[in-house]
Amino acid sequence: MISAERSQSQSPRSPAAAAAAGAPYLSISVTDPVKMGTGVQSYISYRVITKTNLPEFEGGEKIVIRRYSDFEWLHDRLAEKFKGIFIPPLPEKNAVEKFRFSKEFIELRRQALDLFVNRTASHPELKQSEDLRTFLQADEEKMDRARSYESGMFKKPGDFLQMFKDVQSKVSDVVLGKEKPVEESTPEYEKLKHYIFELENHLAEAQKQAYRLVKRHRELGQSLADFGKAIKLLGACEGDSLEKVFSEVGSKSEMLSIKLQREADNLLFNFEEPLKDYVRAVQSIKATMLDRANAFRQHFDLDQERKYKELNLEKLKFMNPEKFSESEVEFSELKAASEEATKRYEHIVSVMNDELARFQEQKTADIGLAFHEFAKGQAKLAKDIADAWRSVLPKLEACSTS
Amino acid sequence: MMSSSPLAGAGDGDMESLPLAAASDYASVASTFDPLLSTSPPSPPAPAPAAFPLSRASSSFVDPPSYADVAAASSPRSASSSPATPRSARAAASSYSHIAVSDPETAAEPAATSLVSGSAPTYVSYLVTSAAAHPSARRHAVRRRFRDFVTLADRLADAFRGHFVPPRPDKNTVESQVMQRDEFVAQRRAALERYLCRLAEHPAIGPSDELRVFLQAEGRLPLPTSTDVASRMLDGAARLPRQLLGEDAVAPPQDVVQPAKGGRDLLRIFKELKQSVVTDWGGVKPPLVEEDKEFLEKKQKVQDWEQQLSSASQQAEALVKAQQDMGDTMGALGLAFVKLTKFETEEAMYDSQRIRAVDSKRIATAAVKASRTCRDLNTQTVKYLDTLHEHLGIMLSVHTAFSDRASALLTVQTLMSDLASLQSRIEKLEAASSKVFGGDRTRMRKVEELRETIRATEDAKCCALREYERIKENNKVELSRLDRERREDFLEMLKGYVTSQAAYAEKIVDGWETVAEETSGYGRRSDNMTS
Repeated sequence: MISAERSQSQSPRSPAAAAAAGAPYLSISVTDPVKMGTGVQSYISYRVITKTNLPEFEGGEKIVIRRYSDFEWLHDRLAEKFKGIFIPPLPEKNAVEKFRFSKEFIELRRQALDLFVNRTASHPELKQSEDLRTFLQADEEKMDRARSYESGMFKKPGDFLQMFKDVQSKVSDVVLGKEKPVEESTPEYEKLKHYIFELENHLAEAQKQAYRLVKRHRELGQSLADFGKAIKLLGACEGDSLEKVFSEVGSKSEMLSIKLQREADNLLFNFEEPLKDYVRAVQSIKATMLDRANAFRQHFDLDQERKYKELNLEKLKFMNPEKFSESEVEFSELKAASEEATKRYEHIVSVMNDELARFQEQKTADIGLAFHEFAKGQAKLAKDIADAWRSVLPKLEACSTS
Repeated sequence: MMSSSPLAGAGDGDMESLPLAAASDYASVASTFDPLLSTSPPSPPAPAPAAFPLSRASSSFVDPPSYADVAAASSPRSASSSPATPRSARAAASSYSHIAVSDPETAAEPAATSLVSGSAPTYVSYLVTSAAAHPSARRHAVRRRFRDFVTLADRLADAFRGHFVPPRPDKNTVESQVMQRDEFVAQRRAALERYLCRLAEHPAIGPSDELRVFLQAEGRLPLPTSTDVASRMLDGAARLPRQLLGEDAVAPPQDVVQPAKGGRDLLRIFKELKQSVVTDWGGVKPPLVEEDKEFLEKKQKVQDWEQQLSSASQQAEALVKAQQDMGDTMGALGLAFVKLTKFETEEAMYDSQRIRAVDSKRIATAAVKASRTCRDLNTQTVKYLDTLHEHLGIMLSVHTAFSDRASALLTVQTLMSDLASLQSRIEKLEAASSKVFGGDRTRMRKVEELRETIRATEDAKCCALREYERIKENNKVELSRLDRERREDFLEMLKGYVTSQAAYAEKIVDGWETVAEETSGYGRRSDNMTS
């Protein structure tokens, strides 16, 4: 089982040590993927283990069974309630059928889900979410009920990816101001918008190449193995001393093939996946930007309406006193709504600023680690290749002099 | 793809020098392609030849060298830069110290009948320069077209039966239509040069007259052309009636030395065909069989070897492609990070962005360097593994040599059974004639004629037998030469492959280890998920 360090959701000290020290701890892990059901209905279930001494939770250790749509539910609830915050991203929902239950896919998804839950639990705001507690503790029945209740309310346009696709085009239109001339526009925010959109493109390209690189390692590994076998067979035809040295070369080829496959796995989990994670994070920011744009429009529209109504009210006061009191009530409601909308918008703006700083810090660390693993892996592979071939060279030299 | 986009604003000499370095790498490889660039030019006009290699070199700046170009670069002359390899020893022992094919020129067909209005059929001719291997030899330069090479190949096939005659380049009629003209001509030129060099290295063919005439006779090639099979058959068909009616019943002895199938002797073709059928299907033991057990064992071994060789050659192709793809993708990855670096640097609003930019630049540099090294390695790999493909080609000549032997044997067998049947006819006639009192003059005359025929056939049989023995001897000598050369070549191939792989790996270890070191700070912070 590939275990990147990121997949271990550990707090700095072990739960036991923390408990002993009396300090608050919350440790969550998503483990043990199991295929359930048959055929088209089949899905993967995960075990979510929560260990905590925090008072909000119901006890020391809780184990629940969850599936992908449960995680989705949690994500959507958080997105609904915590506007302005960059919700930790989920792995993609759909996968090509035959790939769906491959060992790698399952492990990658498990890691991504584990990251999701832990990031949520580490976020100063999100960790307080009641929905998070429900997710971590509710029994399966309660969870099912909560989920189906919500999916009735949310008109989700299909799967997560599809939603993001919609969001993306919507965001482009709204945020970039194509839909209506009304939109907030400070030079700073413009710069930010442009940055986020461009960043996604660059990252997506890098991730695409990283994925291809994984494939290339596998392909090279395969052809090295085949080549090694062929060389061995050639040596067998030749006989005597040449056969031995051909066989050595063939064996080294086969050995290196295995190393290449291992490096392919390493690249997939420790380089390509973090890049993908980065892309997802940027997409999450775009979703928040959409929220911000909507909030801005609401605030702006209500504000305009209020100003207009205010003017009319003045006129009405003198022209139609009976209507006036009615309108006055309407107006104060409107005023409240407008202030509400403005507050919401401003909240999003301030939260976003904090989130951005956090995001930058976090991503530098995440991607720095990915780079480190990449370089380490490549260095080791190259060293193994050099060592393997150097070891065979003396035998080859010996043959030609004889 | 790496060299074209300038990096404005990145501000680091390190990055900007990368594309230029790529160009110069290719330039150094390009200069090994064309012999004209590395040897002193012979007497023919210089400007025309110079234009050709330069245009190829400039295209190499953008694209990596094509397989054909690299294969050409492994011709004896460029390979002999590394001293004391078996290959270079063979090249040094060649009958000619210099052979080059260059300067392709298009000319119109002499008796032009244009089937398509407006375009006269053309052909390409090449300049063939050479110098024999003894000290005072002068340089020769002649013009030859592909057809002339085919003629040479056919003449050599006839003259050197039983030898492993190096195979000539294919006619490639389909490819010549499909490929780009320049590329096709370039490929062919390189292949022709290699072919002539291999011929010159062959211990029997190198000193031959046929080769000498080809290389030195000015003007049109004075070797008899081989007409196509169809016209030969027609020619043979014209002579068949005379053969059947008995006037041409016996082939002159020296003609017997030539294989039946290539010749004009239809009657002989039929006879030998009948003989081979009798031998194969009739269950009758032919008068002479292939008895050399050693040879039969050897033949089997050769067949086994060829099978494995073919498979290895295929795997080598796949390996080269996989290596190429790896280099390409690593380069594309590096490029993606170059762009990301530039972007993060330009758009920096936070300090952490600048840090990230530094990190991604490190990765980009290492990836681009690794990509170039990988492509250089692939050039080497192609060169070394080409031995596999080349030896597959040699297998063709081995098959030809073995079938020369088989057909010579068949000729002997046919003549022997001819003799046997003639003899039995004589016996029958003599028996019949003895029953007639006083002798039977007609029959006795017939017997005399038959005895004449037998004498002539005996002569022919002796010739054929001598030829068969000669071919057997050639086979034997060639087989042991092939054994030796094969061992040498394959050891050299493996050594070269292994050495270049090790060198490549060592070159990129440092680059990656440096980056790993520089980013090791992130590695220590493994719990980056808790806040």
